[in-house]
Amino acid sequence: MSVVDHTSIELSPRISEAEVRDYVALLKPRVMSLVVFTALVGLMIAPVHVHPILAFTSILCIAVGAGASGALNMWYEADIDALMSRTANRPIPRGRITPPEAAAFGMTLAFFSVMTLGILVNWVAGGLLAFTIFFYVVIYTIWLKRWTAQNIVIGGAAGALPPVVAWAAATGSLAVEPLLLFLIIFFWTPPHFWALALFRSDDYARAGVPMLPVTAGPDATRLQILLYAIVLVAVALAPWPLGYFDAVYGVVSLVLGAGMLGLSINVYRFREGREAASATRRLFAFSILYLFALFATLLLEVVARAVAPMIW
Amino acid sequence: MADNDKPDGIVLTEAQKKSRRQRSVAIALALGVLVLLFFAVTMVKGPAVLVRPM
Repeated sequence: MSVVDHTSIELSPRISEAEVRDYVALLKPRVMSLVVFTALVGLMIAPVHVHPILAFTSILCIAVGAGASGALNMWYEADIDALMSRTANRPIPRGRITPPEAAAFGMTLAFFSVMTLGILVNWVAGGLLAFTIFFYVVIYTIWLKRWTAQNIVIGGAAGALPPVVAWAAATGSLAVEPLLLFLIIFFWTPPHFWALALFRSDDYARAGVPMLPVTAGPDATRLQILLYAIVLVAVALAPWPLGYFDAVYGVVSLVLGAGMLGLSINVYRFREGREAASATRRLFAFSILYLFALFATLLLEVVARAVAPMIW
Repeated sequence: MADNDKPDGIVLTEAQKKSRRQRSVAIALALGVLVLLFFAVTMVKGPAVLVRPM
């Protein structure tokens, strides 16, 4: 006697209805845009001439590598994404794409981005891109994210590497300047993400993600945001007196740093009610502007230096 | 006779056909970009394309 009547089981494979936009969503386009921008700055400040086609290839590979990391992140985090309002609409929780499809997509893009960058540009950049994807997916997503409240501090290194990869693509080596950019993004990440985590702490608690506001409470998080903001402003200002970036950058960094510090102090001071929520949201929004404006200044300086001889 | 009218295998719905066509076009475009990229870089680098110090 058979418990299960095998003849009644009909294998019906799932036919995907995923559209291209669902796969584009897997790439985390907004994160990718910041990666592209910071990488572009890393490439442009390099003191060598890079052929535009090689520059385009480098940025494209870094962008696709970042997209691959996003897809693999969504593959692994599909269970917690479904529990959080911010991420419940992602393609996997919505049932548009299955986890194996996302994994295959991410692995394919990771392979092609690293190999293309290595073959067409250089293997220092290719190796660094591979390390960045590995760090984001394995060290941050799989290991740290569900294990420690320091997840985004250590994991932030992955998000800070694109300008280093781009510099390596341009020069074939490393130097102090891209490491300064790395440090700026590295110390920018905690106040940026903890500001988000403060007003999304219920989401993170429901999903069981040990973000700092969940494990240490909002007050400890506010203190950490302030301390990291102080370090960030100092790190972002340091390249000016050290002679790596010039006075225009220094002044912009000083002004933006004052804004970043002021808003972080507000987050520390206002702990309850509408004022607290408003201070946190303002810091989150300003932190994006802060990083964008700081890097845009470096980019504009390079463009100005290139254009100035043509005008004068 | 009804069994003879039944099509063999899996029959895709219109939505499934449309999304599959979309994905196929996207893959074709991506492959095209990759080919163009390798061609363009080969033109830019010339014989040096084979010189890739570690």
